Amino acid sequence: MDYEKTSTDSRVENSFRTGLKDGVPIGLGYLSVSFTFGIMAVGAGLPIWAAVLVSMLNVTSAGQFAGLPLLAAGSCIEMALTQFVINIRYALMSLSLSQKLHRSVSLIDRLLIAFCNTDEVFAVASSKKGEIGKRYLYGLILAPYFGWALGTLIGAAAGSLLPELVRSALGIAIYGMFLAIIIPPAKRHRPVLKVVLFAVLLSCVFRFVPGLNQISSGFSVIICAVAAAGLGAFCFPLRTNGKEDAV
Amino acid sequence: MNPMFWLNLAVMAGVTYLIRMIPLAVFKKKLENERVQSFLYYIPYAVLGAMTFPEILFSTGSVWSAAAGLLIAVVLSYLEKGLLTVALSACGGVLAVECLLEYILPRFI
Repeated sequence: MDYEKTSTDSRVENSFRTGLKDGVPIGLGYLSVSFTFGIMAVGAGLPIWAAVLVSMLNVTSAGQFAGLPLLAAGSCIEMALTQFVINIRYALMSLSLSQKLHRSVSLIDRLLIAFCNTDEVFAVASSKKGEIGKRYLYGLILAPYFGWALGTLIGAAAGSLLPELVRSALGIAIYGMFLAIIIPPAKRHRPVLKVVLFAVLLSCVFRFVPGLNQISSGFSVIICAVAAAGLGAFCFPLRTNGKEDAV
Repeated sequence: MNPMFWLNLAVMAGVTYLIRMIPLAVFKKKLENERVQSFLYYIPYAVLGAMTFPEILFSTGSVWSAAAGLLIAVVLSYLEKGLLTVALSACGGVLAVECLLEYILPRFI
């Protein structure tokens, strides 16, 4: 069984169209999340164009929500620290993604792709078998990037027209996407399930235990992820060349 | 816009970009160590798991509507439905429960 999987692992996913196709659901999902950001940005006093600019330059959900009150009133140091703490998880993701890229992906490509390495883009890219090439990645980031910008624009321009009930329901969209990404592999591979459950357990501890819940959510995600992935690496190391599915 | 906005925006985007860019630009070679490879293989699942729970329960107007959305998302994900189907169905579930809590139940209590 491992033999066959090793051979399929050696293929490179590098089709722009496949990437585009994989990116469309992410882009549509982003509409609902960035829509909420657009509403909040205008509520915080930003003009519509500034809200869209923030989304187009950052492309990160949690960081943008947290940075919003600091944009007009905060100090640079406060802003830098907030973004660092909330977004440092991306360093782990970029590191993980770097191991998945085909060697033909050049430095310039990496510099461009890094700009749009969001949680969902990363997760979908990771879920591909074997290595991935630049064309696939460019296709993949297109819809999410413009979905993120467009959602912000619509939210900023027309968000207040929607009833509160609908806005509240959209809040769960991003987590629904996360679940759709982690549950299918967790169903097939016991070790992935165990790693996820351990991360969830730790995350709940950090959220609810007094004292520990003072730690910012950005750091808590890092601690939980490193601990859970570390446990996985220690207890269930991958066997064949470490690519995938060897567990 | 005041100058602080531009400066803060530049810092915000710059820090976010550097965090994403540096590891991708630096690690061009494959890491050979089996443990390290395994660690990086598990990272996406661990990160998304920790980000989703327990936050998902507080992502809507009430814990009850969020729980309904969570249940729908888990079942549909288990059935391997696509990202968008899962996300929008969860939103639909939340909306249904919030309508129930807000408009329908109060008439009977």
